Amino acid sequence: MHIPDGFLDVQTSVIFTGLSAAGVAVALKGARTQLDEKTAPLAGLTAVFIFAVQMLNFPVAAGTSGHLLGGALAAVLVGPWAATLALTIVLLVQAFLFADGGLTALGASTFNMSIVGVWVGYGAFLLVRKILPKNKASIPVAAAIGGFVSVPMAAFSFTLQYAMGATATFSTSTVLGAMVGTHVLIGIGEGLITGLTVSAVIASRSDLVYGWKNNNQSLEIRNA
Amino acid sequence: MLNNRKFYISGFIASLFLAGVVSFYASSHPDGLEKVAEEIGFLETAKENTNAGVVFSDYGTKGVDNERASVGIAGVIGVLGTAVVAGVAFKLIARKPKDKKN
Repeated sequence: MHIPDGFLDVQTSVIFTGLSAAGVAVALKGARTQLDEKTAPLAGLTAVFIFAVQMLNFPVAAGTSGHLLGGALAAVLVGPWAATLALTIVLLVQAFLFADGGLTALGASTFNMSIVGVWVGYGAFLLVRKILPKNKASIPVAAAIGGFVSVPMAAFSFTLQYAMGATATFSTSTVLGAMVGTHVLIGIGEGLITGLTVSAVIASRSDLVYGWKNNNQSLEIRNA
Repeated sequence: MLNNRKFYISGFIASLFLAGVVSFYASSHPDGLEKVAEEIGFLETAKENTNAGVVFSDYGTKGVDNERASVGIAGVIGVLGTAVVAGVAFKLIARKPKDKKN
């Protein structure tokens, strides 16, 4: 979902660069209060892992592939603020080293993946976590559903940008249907990868998982 | 429970393996956005990215003809690059100043 240069006009690119910069600034502030010496390395590893898995395009339908976005995954592992920063770092590395996504569109791509993907994914995770039993096994399930929901929402966000300032003139409803339809399929892969990864981290180091710790603070459950 | 060292080393090695080796087997079909753009017809509004000239453009390594090596090297460089940038950034962010100065 990395937007190439040319899809969006200058005005829209500027608006979303501004919005993303503001979002990253807020995330920076949140991460400062939340991250500590114990959790910072996991934020770094999360960025690294998401970079690696984003290279692994999986087939979704005839002639189409998708890859992990990782917003919900990162938010569950390290919290939404650090997740926004981790995803933004991945996008910067991808743009500057690999020409994946255009530079003028970087703000718009960041908005869709680092902000919408992370926060919608995290919001859906919180909702699902609320209705599931309060145990470790629920966390990967809630994370998977968060991941699944985040992808079509990021696609919706792109469609919004398209509607605001595409250089092309095809109807927004056509783009909306195709984008959301395709990305619901990609979302299934996102959900699976997110669920499996979170369950692996929960199994090996549940004490580091933000979406688990933060569920239990009020209950005073301690994990040895 | 894995200790810190084992946990981070296994996570990092898994990432290196995925980006350096498994990436060769990734689907080369266009991703969702590109496919939609192609089918509806606005793919042609894409310009060549201003950053298209970078060394590892499109996850290949310039001057390396072997495709497996080309994408593998790009993947390993990407993992190392992300590790350096994210490692430094999060270390700075997590640092709690002991005095009032930041």
